Amino acid sequence: MNAIFSNPWFLPLAMTLVIIGVVPLAVAYTVLLERKVLADMQVRLGPMRVGPHGLLQTLADAVKLLLKEDLIPAASNKGMFRFAPVISFFTAATSLAVIPFSRVFHVVDVNVGLLVISALSSVGILGIILGGWSSNSHYSLLGSLRGGAQLISYEVALSLALVSGVMAAGTLSMTGIVESQLHQGVWFAFGNYGLMFVPFMVYFISSIAETNRAPFDLPEAESELVAGYFTEYSGFRYAIYFLAEYTAMFVVGSVAVTVFWGGWLRPFPNVAWLAIPLDYGGPLAVFAATGALCLYLVKQQPIKAYAVAMVVVGLAFFGIAIAYLIPAFNAPAVPVFWFLLKLFVALYVMIWLRGTFPRYRYDQLMNIGWKVMIPTALGALFLNALVGMLRG
Amino acid sequence: MEGLLFLTFATIAVLCALNLVLQTHPISSALSLIGVLGSIAVLYLLLGGEFIAAVQLIVYAGAIMVLFVFVIMLLNTGAEKQPTRKIVVTWISLPLLFTFIALAAMLIAQQVPKTEVVTFGGFSGGTTLSVGRSLFTQYLLPFEVTSILILIAILGAVVLARKEI
Amino acid sequence: MSVYYSSTDHFVLLPVILLALFGCATLLFDFWLFPDARQRRFLVWFLLIGEAFAGVALWRQQSFLNQHGGSINAFNGSLVVDGFSLYFHWIFLATTTLVGLISYRYFEVREEHHGEYYGLIMLAQCGMFFLASGNELVTLFIGLETMAVTFYVLVGFLRADKRSNEAALKYLLLGGFSSGFLAYGFSILYGISGSTKLNEIASAVAARDPFDPLLFLAIATILVGLFFKVSAAPFHMWTPDAYEGAPTVVTAYLAVGSKAASLALLVRLLTGALSTAHAAWEPLLIGVALLSMTVGNFAAVTQTNTKRLLAYSSINHAGYILLGLVARNTIGLQGVMIYILVYAFMNLGAFLVLTSLASKGIAGEDINDLNGLMQKSPAHALWMLVFLLSLAGIPPTAGFLGKYLIFLGLLQSGHYILAIFAALYVAVAIYYYFRLVRAMFTQKQENAVAPTTSLGMKLALGVTGVLTLVIGVYPEPWLRFAQWSITR
Repeated sequence: MNAIFSNPWFLPLAMTLVIIGVVPLAVAYTVLLERKVLADMQVRLGPMRVGPHGLLQTLADAVKLLLKEDLIPAASNKGMFRFAPVISFFTAATSLAVIPFSRVFHVVDVNVGLLVISALSSVGILGIILGGWSSNSHYSLLGSLRGGAQLISYEVALSLALVSGVMAAGTLSMTGIVESQLHQGVWFAFGNYGLMFVPFMVYFISSIAETNRAPFDLPEAESELVAGYFTEYSGFRYAIYFLAEYTAMFVVGSVAVTVFWGGWLRPFPNVAWLAIPLDYGGPLAVFAATGALCLYLVKQQPIKAYAVAMVVVGLAFFGIAIAYLIPAFNAPAVPVFWFLLKLFVALYVMIWLRGTFPRYRYDQLMNIGWKVMIPTALGALFLNALVGMLRG
Repeated sequence: MEGLLFLTFATIAVLCALNLVLQTHPISSALSLIGVLGSIAVLYLLLGGEFIAAVQLIVYAGAIMVLFVFVIMLLNTGAEKQPTRKIVVTWISLPLLFTFIALAAMLIAQQVPKTEVVTFGGFSGGTTLSVGRSLFTQYLLPFEVTSILILIAILGAVVLARKEI
Repeated sequence: MSVYYSSTDHFVLLPVILLALFGCATLLFDFWLFPDARQRRFLVWFLLIGEAFAGVALWRQQSFLNQHGGSINAFNGSLVVDGFSLYFHWIFLATTTLVGLISYRYFEVREEHHGEYYGLIMLAQCGMFFLASGNELVTLFIGLETMAVTFYVLVGFLRADKRSNEAALKYLLLGGFSSGFLAYGFSILYGISGSTKLNEIASAVAARDPFDPLLFLAIATILVGLFFKVSAAPFHMWTPDAYEGAPTVVTAYLAVGSKAASLALLVRLLTGALSTAHAAWEPLLIGVALLSMTVGNFAAVTQTNTKRLLAYSSINHAGYILLGLVARNTIGLQGVMIYILVYAFMNLGAFLVLTSLASKGIAGEDINDLNGLMQKSPAHALWMLVFLLSLAGIPPTAGFLGKYLIFLGLLQSGHYILAIFAALYVAVAIYYYFRLVRAMFTQKQENAVAPTTSLGMKLALGVTGVLTLVIGVYPEPWLRFAQWSITR
């Protein structure tokens, strides 16, 4: 048994399996989160019917999509129509391979990790373009043209913003970037006397555009283009596009967390006396609070089965909170906790922005990309290089 | 393992290259070109040129080819008509092609001694650090002159394409 | 020597830095200061001042070389400044300045006067600089591309003219193809030597048999790429079309600047890194030279478009220059250098006269447009006579000097048959150049449109004409300069 664990192939393979297994589930619950948060912002309840507080809603949606008839338009370019969603999902999911969830939990640690993510995301644009083109429909074509132009434009700003982070770290390896934040004792978002916050903002805004999310969701603007480049898709292929889009959200969020927000590091990673309170208190507070919320909601459940389910879920959260008090579990698990917590915050902000901002017009989108984002990123790069050099 | 990967991706590259020429629709050709560039990136990776591999994907397979596909889509070009080939041409050109390839292979096999053949993993100068070092010291001049070249290309595009200048 | 930017590097690179700065300044000031097309002729001053500064920088390099001798290496051996490269830098400087002087009136007449033009020709000169000075494959290739891309744009500069667009597209496609050949050859050279530096390549080449297949492949592909650039047959197909379609001033620049720069690279490679493999490239060079002279001369006879005629004549001249390289002795090489210098002035002059024939709505490119030039403007006609005599190689003019030295070189190295062929082709050349002379002096004047002139054109005409005569009549200092340039 030990031989299996110590095999160098074990951890990468296990992590790959975990990622492949967890990502669709995580996507499902991110969708639910998005619907719930948006509903809350718009003073609605959101999905409530399937499961307690609609907790099983997206699973039902997934089953529905899988069982639906798979339609391929007669006038489409069949081979490419089938292939395009795969490009999108493949590139998004493969990017997760180089993201370190902690010092040990990652599939691979390549020393050009950030470049691999850029490369995959730039190839991923093809999925959108080809999907729209092969559908042979006006809406799809317009959506994919918008998507292609938008992604190419914002990729420049995105990469330029990341260069600032890479420059501060002195490495392209994702693990190395986090380690150097540990050595410098600062999350890069606050590095260089706060100057690094500018590239972070550029990165975050561009990454929202890269993932086609509101307010930059022109490629799939429902009110104008039905569903944009995947208008003609249905059933499982549609689900793959959906998966790809949310996986891309995870990827850009993880990159933001890794490069600018200290990756798996806890807050104040170099202050030794904070280790016990934060590493034990943080998970305890979060999971116990969630568990308590679940138990509090038990009384409101309309039927008994839901109430039982809520009790089980609440107790499960308490279980996790208690598990985090065991040092042997805490040591490997707490970095993952911090990483996922930061990722959760990033996703929440993305949803928040969607609930807040109206969609931009196309010329505004391009103006922001080329005339605001890229010059800002370049200026920030220059300033950060200067300040970094002066600090030695 | 590396030999197997090399053979796989070399075969993919050659097949995609053939497909690129044989396809009649420009989009299919462009996609095959992406296949070629992608598998060549893998070959770079096998040789230890990880930075070059990533850049190959970002610049060629990503940026340039996406623009290619984009332009093809905008122009809305259909499949081209294949000119009818004469049988004679086929029967002369194909043997000639194979002879040429065989000769080239023989030449390379003769010319390059076994001791000089590249081994996988034998090259360590492909890291970002070493590429950056040589780019900013030994090849500083061509690197900087490239910026003039790019400036000219941009200028040319603007001069030739703008309606009013 | 530091691995970073050192003072030597700066000293060597200064002319290019100045040119690039002034080129970019032209772009900026074009739309800041001169929004009106009529004011754009002031941009020529930017060009002149920039060239003057570059000239001072070059002069400092030359005086340094005169004092210390030898050569200056910079950028870890990527660039070298020696007599050879300085000789070419002066030619590029003179060519660009003269082309700038004749351009503004031409573009005003053709109503395509854009400030970018002056920036582009200065940036093209930067590319030429690297072709003459580069001592390393990557630098050379980037320099070549810098020059070539500029010319792709410049050839298509008359955007409203279909022929100009067509010429630009043809030149771009074929030029890209030939650059591919050159890059392929360079990559093989790098493969067999393991270095991009010409010095190290030279020793790797010397260690190999000249007919070693890989080396031969490298030499052949490099030569194909360069023959294209110097427009030698059978790689000359683009020349007539590009020369005809391009704006006449750009044709002049293309025929003189681009060709001289590519020849600089060719001469440096063949007399330097590849000189030990001469057994391999000599037959290729002889064949291409003979074919160029044949194609150039016989195709020129039937042309009715003066620009096409001069295009074929430039193919012919490429053949002569290549013959000088075949001789492989000092006289022959000196002949090559003098020929390139002389060719720059006489060809520029000839194109200048053609430029002045263009007026509003009239391209002035047909041979009949020269009719009665003697009556309309005797100065133009007489200078044109001088240029044509020189192009044909008739004694008192400079053209004779270059041809004479190349013949001498061929005779000394025992290539008697080649020398005889080359001499015979002069007779054919005289025939078609005199078709132009006949049109100017004997044909009747049909319309009384006087040639377009401007101060810059007059100045350039005077300079090129006087130099064409002076080099022919008093060759001593020029020969010494050429001699100085090839002694390393």
